[in-house]
Amino acid sequence: MSLNTQGRPTRPEVSADPGAYADTFSGSRGLDQAEPLIFERASFGNTGVDLPEPKGAKTRLGGLERENALGLPGLTEPEAMRHYVRLSRKNYAIDLGLYPLGSCTMKHNPRLNEKIARLPGFAELHPLQPDSTTQGALELIDRLAHWLRTLTNMPAVAMSPGAGAHGELCGLMAIRAALEARGDARKRVLVPESAHGTNPATAAMCGYGVDSIPANAEGRVDLAALKAKLGPDVAALMLTNPNTCGLFERDIIEVAQAVHAAGAFFYCDGANFNAIVGRVRPGDLGIDAMHINLHKTFSTPHGGGGPGSGPVVFSAALAPFVPLPYVVHEADGYRLVEQAEGAARPFGRLKGFHGQMGMFIRALAYMMSHGADGLRQVAEDAVLNANYILASLKDVLSPAFAGPCMHEALFDDRFLKDTGVTTLDFAKAMIDEGYHPMTMYFPLVVHGALLIEPTETESKDALDEFIGTLRHLAERAKAGDRERFLAAPSLAPRRRLDETAAARKPVLRWRPAPPASAAAE
Amino acid sequence: MRYLPLTPDDRAAMLAAIGVRSIDDLFEDVPAAARLKDTVDLPDHMTELEVERALSKLAGKNVPAGSVPFFVGAGAYRHHIPSTVDHLIQRSEFLTAYTPYQPEISQGTLQTLFEFQTQVAMLTGMGVANASMYDGSTACAEAVLMAARVTRRKKAVLAGSLHPHYAAVARTTAKYQDIEFAASKPDLDGLSGLKELIDGETACVVVQTPDVFGRLHDLGEIAAAAHEKGALLIAVFTEPVAFGLVKNPGEMGADIAVGEGQSIGVGLNFGGPYVGLFACKDDRAFIRNMPGRLAGETVDADGRRGYVLTLSTREQHIRREKATSNICTNSGLCALAFTIHMTLLGEAGLTRLARLNHEAACALQDRLAGVPGVKPATGAFFNEFTLRLPKPAAGVVDALAARGVLGGVPASRLYPGAGLDDLLIVAATETNTEADMAAFETALREVLR
Amino acid sequence: MTIRYSKDHEWIRVEGDEGVVGITAYAAGQLGDVVFVELPEIGKQVRAGDEAAVVESVKAASEVYAPVSGEVVAVNDALEAAPQTVNESPTGDGWFIRIRLADKGELDALMDEAAYKKMIEG
Repeated sequence: MSLNTQGRPTRPEVSADPGAYADTFSGSRGLDQAEPLIFERASFGNTGVDLPEPKGAKTRLGGLERENALGLPGLTEPEAMRHYVRLSRKNYAIDLGLYPLGSCTMKHNPRLNEKIARLPGFAELHPLQPDSTTQGALELIDRLAHWLRTLTNMPAVAMSPGAGAHGELCGLMAIRAALEARGDARKRVLVPESAHGTNPATAAMCGYGVDSIPANAEGRVDLAALKAKLGPDVAALMLTNPNTCGLFERDIIEVAQAVHAAGAFFYCDGANFNAIVGRVRPGDLGIDAMHINLHKTFSTPHGGGGPGSGPVVFSAALAPFVPLPYVVHEADGYRLVEQAEGAARPFGRLKGFHGQMGMFIRALAYMMSHGADGLRQVAEDAVLNANYILASLKDVLSPAFAGPCMHEALFDDRFLKDTGVTTLDFAKAMIDEGYHPMTMYFPLVVHGALLIEPTETESKDALDEFIGTLRHLAERAKAGDRERFLAAPSLAPRRRLDETAAARKPVLRWRPAPPASAAAE
Repeated sequence: MRYLPLTPDDRAAMLAAIGVRSIDDLFEDVPAAARLKDTVDLPDHMTELEVERALSKLAGKNVPAGSVPFFVGAGAYRHHIPSTVDHLIQRSEFLTAYTPYQPEISQGTLQTLFEFQTQVAMLTGMGVANASMYDGSTACAEAVLMAARVTRRKKAVLAGSLHPHYAAVARTTAKYQDIEFAASKPDLDGLSGLKELIDGETACVVVQTPDVFGRLHDLGEIAAAAHEKGALLIAVFTEPVAFGLVKNPGEMGADIAVGEGQSIGVGLNFGGPYVGLFACKDDRAFIRNMPGRLAGETVDADGRRGYVLTLSTREQHIRREKATSNICTNSGLCALAFTIHMTLLGEAGLTRLARLNHEAACALQDRLAGVPGVKPATGAFFNEFTLRLPKPAAGVVDALAARGVLGGVPASRLYPGAGLDDLLIVAATETNTEADMAAFETALREVLR
Repeated sequence: MTIRYSKDHEWIRVEGDEGVVGITAYAAGQLGDVVFVELPEIGKQVRAGDEAAVVESVKAASEVYAPVSGEVVAVNDALEAAPQTVNESPTGDGWFIRIRLADKGELDALMDEAAYKKMIEG
């Protein structure tokens, strides 16, 4: 079998002594209040929405009236408010502290952006209103597209993809369409070992076989290995730059030339664009397509997992294949193009309506706030902060590669050798210290990886505190204080959870208890 | 710059600590030819007031739904959203959290996802639901791919009255998976011609109800026809409020139910972000083939109940090229809005809301059917119906807009060149007043005169 | 009774014309708690090195390769309900499949216990 070399426990040792967590009568622990499921709390007939009495007119439902109850509980407004506010307090958030998830770019989310997105002139627009009533919205999409093209020096952009992975699919589909247009059926996509899982998953969705490219000793693509794999059946290279080790691909121009010489296209995963925005334009590197995570580089909030937005910029070779719909600016205003027209050869449609407009508004507000000068400063401060962390921790943690890094600092678990503490334990101990852990066990090319991305919105004081805490933890681990790590977290709303049990016998929804009569049978 | 805390002194001190002379030294790995000397050709930074002024000006060029009599639907619906919803989703702990990969400090997100999954399963009448997709259209495409994996077949049969964006997204997404598509015609004759397309190679039959023209369909017969050939029935919806009043996909024999959740909690937002709902039978083979994230219940080291993301080996970050989907970021915050709104409604509120929507649509249809030359073209409907007009609907919609009424979607916008130019798709919801309907009727009379 | 090992951490116990296949204790330990096992259909023909089954923990999914060629004549259905058996008894009740050997000569290419031990300690 393909051996897993990064095994880690997914079932906690059941604690013998809950200690400070002795049971209370209520189940609450001070401000950490117990909160049952709505299905356990709510009254079945209650509602928190006052609606007028229906007239009781005869229906025209064609005999399709629902006959069974759905079982949906309802809460009045004060009950609902308390339920969700209590639950919210069990979450970590960027507004509470440094959130150093490498590759995720957890930066401050300005509230101006939220305010603008909620203006009725944007929030209350239906996607199928006549263009004459949405000129401002279409202009905003066009203006954001201009910013994205300018920042990347790429001639075209597809705005509709719903998130980064969707953008990848958009990019690869355009590449496949371009290859098919020249009668060139190719079969494989090259993806470095260190890539995000979305890259190979996307290539497979696009019908390509995936070939892995090894990393060299410096954490970058092995150029010789890449050249050896390039050939007439390679459709594209998918490369993240700066890469998932937090390093700029030094040979990127040569990589692009080699890819193009083989007749293939160069797809760049733009998840880490935050590190270079305003200082490097991907179009100058020979890239053919790149998605931009507006929810990373341009600060639209992550919202506990989404929504995102993943526009894709394209080179001239791929521009004709940009999917529907798109906005054009003509003499009499802006127009939404929803069907193929002219010389364009769109490969299809990837999403209903026109894209993540709410995210476009937030991203543009963020970009205009920073401006060309501020965005350059974003990249510089993001890179400075990461290097400061790397420099300040290199003697106690073990950097995976020599610096400088870009926007994130990568460590491996050599510093934990013989301590009996794993990357997982170390990360969980950070929770007790009031921090969200860094990205762990990714990228896969580094053993026990710890990937720290501070972003540019952390102050030096915040970094110094974080660095101080990590130094203390590293010292404790080396001093043999293993128990502290194995027991962590003990100060969070929950201790380690039994993921093994969750996967072996999945409980994916609440169900009402069977009636007593059934139980008695 | 107000979002950047580092001072020039900080930067100097940090560069010194790192041991480099300037920030340029940290970018030394960038090939010299690609290092930008100057800023790009875009405006410099702006104050909060300046940005607000500039973007408010753009917002002011649009006609928002609340400012006019408004009857546009066809896949997105205007409903009233309780103020509690927007307040709660802006709580920092929800808004600015990442995907709940560290369950000990993400129980808020995880429990709400578990509640969301349960509500979606209940609403659709299905066994289980996932933690959301980007929107209804991509949920539909993923359902087609999932059906192909479950049945190991490669043909998808689409009803002609499936929202054309959904059909296009499914065809595009499945383009390179060797899936063959067959579709019935987008006409108003029920589900005619659909059953005939199902054969022994068919993985799934995809039917929308209420469909894009607003018509309700009893899926029982088509479910039986699909199952007889070993195919799955995928029931699609774009208006979840309907299930407050009419039979849901589970009740009609669907194997997978997918649709748009926007109506509940999310708002119009010019088309996105929305929230894709994805539910299926509680069957091991189905669940293992589902796309997207799943929250599940478990216990912690102290034996206390808690929630985690589970069955992740289906997903790209573990399974890579063998994953069930490439989706990573989903529609978390919109799912939260959906679940809060649904909790506030409860079944009592949802049922009443659905009834009010249906009554509004009935009243509007009666009014508009009285306009000379206008004929109702749908039989059973929920809150949306189609009218046959005496002239092309596209021009009528523009003329109505010029009179300050947003009066629906011309079928020709969704089906250009399909001979449906005289059809107008009209939606009514609880937000429409008698005065709105009267204004629509008057404007339509004028335009058709 | 002969037990042989593949470089991919499968073991095969030869019983007459057939071989019982599982994964080694070392591999199961590296994988962590096994939560799911997917088994092939009986009657499937496999060649040495083909994917024959899938074994999953919470954080990893691995293919189990057939160490030799032949026909799958039995599978360990009990693992579907009790995947933890792979951790508890990797070389006993945690077996995956039984193969009717197509070519006993293929066994010569596999390692004996001493060689396998040496490899994982390598």
